[in-house]
Amino acid sequence: MFETFIEAIHQAIILIWKGDPEVFSIAIRSLSVSGLATLLSCLWGLPIALGLALSSFRGKKLIRGFFNAMLGVPTVALGLILYLLLSKSGPLGIFQLLYTPLGISIGQSLLITPIVVSFAASAIESTDIGVKDLARTLGASRFQTDLAVMHESTWGIILAIVASFSRAFAELGVAIMIGGNIRYVTRVLTTSIALETARGEIAFSIALTIILMIIVFSLTFIINFLRRT
Amino acid sequence: MSSHLHLEKLNKNYEDLKALNNLTFDAHQGQLISLVGVNGSGKTTLLRIIAGLDLPNNGKIIFNGKELNINDLRKIATLVFQKSIMFNTTVFKNVSFGLKVRGVDSKKIRNKVFDSLSSVSLQGFDSKKASNLSGGEQQRVALVRAFIIEPQILLLDEPTANLDPSNAIIIENMIKKILERKSCIIVMATHNLHQARRLSSFIAHLHYGRIIEFSKSEKFFAQPENKITQKFVSGELQF
Repeated sequence: MFETFIEAIHQAIILIWKGDPEVFSIAIRSLSVSGLATLLSCLWGLPIALGLALSSFRGKKLIRGFFNAMLGVPTVALGLILYLLLSKSGPLGIFQLLYTPLGISIGQSLLITPIVVSFAASAIESTDIGVKDLARTLGASRFQTDLAVMHESTWGIILAIVASFSRAFAELGVAIMIGGNIRYVTRVLTTSIALETARGEIAFSIALTIILMIIVFSLTFIINFLRRT
Repeated sequence: MSSHLHLEKLNKNYEDLKALNNLTFDAHQGQLISLVGVNGSGKTTLLRIIAGLDLPNNGKIIFNGKELNINDLRKIATLVFQKSIMFNTTVFKNVSFGLKVRGVDSKKIRNKVFDSLSSVSLQGFDSKKASNLSGGEQQRVALVRAFIIEPQILLLDEPTANLDPSNAIIIENMIKKILERKSCIIVMATHNLHQARRLSSFIAHLHYGRIIEFSKSEKFFAQPENKITQKFVSGELQF
């Protein structure tokens, strides 16, 4: 068992080292699909987070609670709901997003929106309350005060975005149910790993897993490094 | 024309607690009014209301004959907090913040910031991260940051609390310099009676949200009229 594992790792390293085209096309597709998902979730998630963190209104706690509860939504459950919505006979079937990379991106963006909202709102809220008072007493308008508070929480917001990307990049449920794991079209790292493992192609699976891990860890490492400097 | 600040029957309640109770006083341009009193007497609450950071429950704040609302106050008054709060950026960006939000030309901002930093012996500190400075340096930055916007009312909340004596003297000297220019009204909360004596034109003694003694600095220490103030000044006030 151990020897098989070592052999698989050896083969995986050769696959990566030689730049196997399929391995790299899958990796690049994963990056672009999850990157777009993160971008989309930020597009609507960050304004929601700002609104929740910087203003008080009726129902705020309810909305906050909703996004917190959605943090733990099972990806397969979300995948199933989206499948039903996007399938030919579903209400959104006319957009023909099922089994497309864009479909996966949209699905993943919905999956990670609660992370963007909850984490970014917490980061903004945890900024020293004194910063708000300081900006105000120096004559800042409401908008300028909000900008100052946001500036103070920049790293918290960046971490929220990175956490969201990592979640999208490493999830399987939405990618497999919306993408269908079609070779050269919607096959991404996680769906490939599941498929190749089931087929007994352990070396190929390990190669993809190594790439997955390297990307996720590198991203975290780079962010932490930048934060320190 | 000399500026005139008039506070009329200000009240502020925090649930059952009366933080300010029918508080009235006057201050003129070039004067420094010290607010003294024990913890919880309402000093910080009063400063925050004059700064436009908190609303009174009722009462009026009149400046040069015009009643001001919270937005008007934020334009003319600025508060230096007891704990110097720094934006998480350089000294330059901290000091220039108030000018930037007022839309001052960037060249003018540069000149003003460098001049102001030099005047408080902080030349060469502009590119340093403000949060890395010592407590005394941060308080100097906080004072410069407030004064550079040329407020008509400068509010200081225990500006030398938590500072060692040498830094406290530096800050006091900065306040004296500001005072010499007679360009604004200064209202300062302090626990340091010696400091109040050295700097103030008038001293207001706050007790449970009310001003129980308001007199010239010399008279406040030599012949206070209120019995509680007499005990407060002599250090005999017991709680």
